Amino acid sequence: MRKYTPKDNVQKRAKYNDRFWVAPTVPRLEVEEGHFRDVADKMAGSVEVLDIYVEIGQLVIHINPQENLKALETLRDECGYTVCSELSAIDYLARDGEFEIFYQMLNIKERKRVRVITRIAENQAIESIVPLFDMAKFAEREMYDMFGIYVNNHPYLKRIIMPDDWEGHPLRKSYPMQGDEFASWYEVDKIFGKEYRDVIGPENRDQARVDRYDTQRFARVGKEVPFGADPALVDETETPIEYSSAPLADYNAGKHVELDKRK
Amino acid sequence: MAQHQVNYASAGGLPVALTTVDKLVNWGRSNSLWPLTYGLACCAIEMMASGASRFDFDRMGVIFRASPRQADVMILAGTLSKKHAEFARRLYDQMAEPKWVISMGSCANTGGMFNTYATVQGVDRIIPVDIYLPGCAPRPETLQYAMMMLQKKIRRESADMKKNKKQRFV
Amino acid sequence: MQQPNKLKPFFENLNFEREDNTMVINFGPQHPSAHGQLRLVLELQGEQVVKALPDIGYLHRGVEKMGENMIYNEFLPTTDRLDYIASTSNNYAFAHAVEKLIDIEVPRRAQVIRTMLLELSRIISHLFFLATHALDVGAMSIFLYAFREREYAMDLMEDYCGARLTHSAVRIGGVPLDLPEGWTDSLSKFLDDLPEQIKLYEDLLTENRIWKMRLEDVGIVTPEQALSWGCSGVMLRGSGIEYDIRKEEPYELYGELDFDIPVSDRCDSYGRYRLYMEEMKESIKILRQLIEMYPETEPQLMAHAPRYISAPKEEIMTQNYALMQHFVLVTQGMRPPKGTVYAPTESPKGELGFLIRSEGEPYAYRLKCRAPSFFHTGILQDLLPGTYIADVVTIIGSTNIIFGEVDR
Repeated sequence: MRKYTPKDNVQKRAKYNDRFWVAPTVPRLEVEEGHFRDVADKMAGSVEVLDIYVEIGQLVIHINPQENLKALETLRDECGYTVCSELSAIDYLARDGEFEIFYQMLNIKERKRVRVITRIAENQAIESIVPLFDMAKFAEREMYDMFGIYVNNHPYLKRIIMPDDWEGHPLRKSYPMQGDEFASWYEVDKIFGKEYRDVIGPENRDQARVDRYDTQRFARVGKEVPFGADPALVDETETPIEYSSAPLADYNAGKHVELDKRK
Repeated sequence: MAQHQVNYASAGGLPVALTTVDKLVNWGRSNSLWPLTYGLACCAIEMMASGASRFDFDRMGVIFRASPRQADVMILAGTLSKKHAEFARRLYDQMAEPKWVISMGSCANTGGMFNTYATVQGVDRIIPVDIYLPGCAPRPETLQYAMMMLQKKIRRESADMKKNKKQRFV
Repeated sequence: MQQPNKLKPFFENLNFEREDNTMVINFGPQHPSAHGQLRLVLELQGEQVVKALPDIGYLHRGVEKMGENMIYNEFLPTTDRLDYIASTSNNYAFAHAVEKLIDIEVPRRAQVIRTMLLELSRIISHLFFLATHALDVGAMSIFLYAFREREYAMDLMEDYCGARLTHSAVRIGGVPLDLPEGWTDSLSKFLDDLPEQIKLYEDLLTENRIWKMRLEDVGIVTPEQALSWGCSGVMLRGSGIEYDIRKEEPYELYGELDFDIPVSDRCDSYGRYRLYMEEMKESIKILRQLIEMYPETEPQLMAHAPRYISAPKEEIMTQNYALMQHFVLVTQGMRPPKGTVYAPTESPKGELGFLIRSEGEPYAYRLKCRAPSFFHTGILQDLLPGTYIADVVTIIGSTNIIFGEVDR
């Protein structure tokens, strides 16, 4: 029997882990006086702020998922964050059973960025922000396509990047990188039909596969003969390859450490 | 690349018996191969660069045509995704005989570095390929060499397309 | 494999006989305008477009999924293939995000080299835009001229890193290679020749009556639309909003360099075309300043952060601990701290940023690539209705979309 591997998170994991090593965390700083303090106060006035800190120069605000429209509206109208740069989700289903959705906002006048983070459960839907920002028309469709997060009141919620009849949501942690059974036969089924699966054969996902015909087929590149013919009958003179003696760029010039005396 | 000197009168130097009609038709076909513009990803840029000023493709008689009905060769340059595979096959079917296929770049040959759920692992799962070009992206000179190889291959084929069985190794 | 297949002819798509008499056509995923695999479903009333629906995903390669299954240095060549015209800008955006996450300082010489490569990639990308846009609109000779200049620039890139198109010339923590002997001289020579060529293109196009008729008042992006759709780069500056990440949120050496940001009030394709030409001239200015700055820097190329970045080759070959650390970093990968970073950079197409969420593992937990072309494709559904079908190609060219980044 093969070893049990959990199927809810098939992301590649490090093979060797140090038993006592604890990963450091990026420092989360207090919100200081200035523009970010104003933003924090205005946000606290309109929605319930679960957590707020500054990480790598950007303000991060955690809110409840029901209030995402209100929070972004406050940011846009009162704080001047008129551009939503990015919107997507992070899959924490295996660990917490939740998705973490983030909105990355930009204030053009103040040149500052704010990240708004909410968490939703697996079958919960989130309200669309298309009334506020048009970019959500595409970005939320992509989020639905890749994660399966349903977005309420979206004008056109359909798969955008995967084909329309695709099954499965690719960026979930439970979806293998090389694709499941449906994915591996998709193009064969679509074009030729299920009967041709054994004619064409399964995909070759092994990048290190060596075919036993390789030496036969690739040795005579440039001097091919038809299949089965005798190469000795072909009269081709061998032209020796001339290597230039001077290198194009001498990368060791100027460095006093000479690694190898051989040229 | 010393195969530039081609003696058209003698089957391209190969031990294959060709009639004079064959040689004439193959001379015409090989020296004016019109590819279908099928640039998919990064290799498309190198294909365009090979058709542009420095590595002129027109001197080999190669003119890029947009319509599959007018094209002889289909140069699949770039990654073929599974969403697109259907259209690649459709365009291949729309091309008129005689037609050949060059698979350019690692992604078209075998799926390349994209060993993922959405990439067709090799265009030859869907379309029979004549010349495989390695590289990521292959230089324009490589594409020109592939075109010359294809010309060599055409010159040793029979003019009657029904007699040319596609050689399949597997 | 001349096998029969299940694909039926596509005549069902053409919808002539409807009562409201609009025709639905498919601007399919393969078309000769060189932008890649965009499928637009257009509803036409005569020659005018009534409704447009962009359909993307034909170049989806699962790059974000790959980012979750590869170590950080292994993922760097994959970022090359996102915006494959200006590869160094995506490499740099990724390396910048990781460097911000692990909080290291890149040495000065590496910063100079990186900025030089970034600006050279910008020139290459803008020349490509000019070539393909002109080819689509109909001025085919510009395609050949611009590709000639691009070949000279790619020769310089090839001298440096060995590859014409997919460079991977930047590593996390610096650059792996120093500039070859005489590279700055060849670059100076290239920069001396380039302004005349740009002037040639401008003389051919800028006051050209046909070019102006094709491009003026075509593809008008109002500032509100641009902000709402998350446009960035030239799309934003072409609508009058002066925002360039190189000036506003400076990274690398852009804070010290002296350059201007061209902005246009015209909001149409002609304004954007002028902006691209002006940006090329600004890049030339920046490159000349960088050539002056290069000789004064110390020859350190990679940052000194033994926990995350390998030592230089000379040390690896001679010191034991450096060898051990290098082995671990290459086989297992570096483990950045837990946290999230979003680092925006100004790529030739717009705002390119990587959001990396790390859980302390050598593989990123989530890697989202914020591609400018994704939103520029979205804005097409608002830009195209009301235009003629001949303008569709102009607008697609003017938005400068690259499908490697749209679909990832």
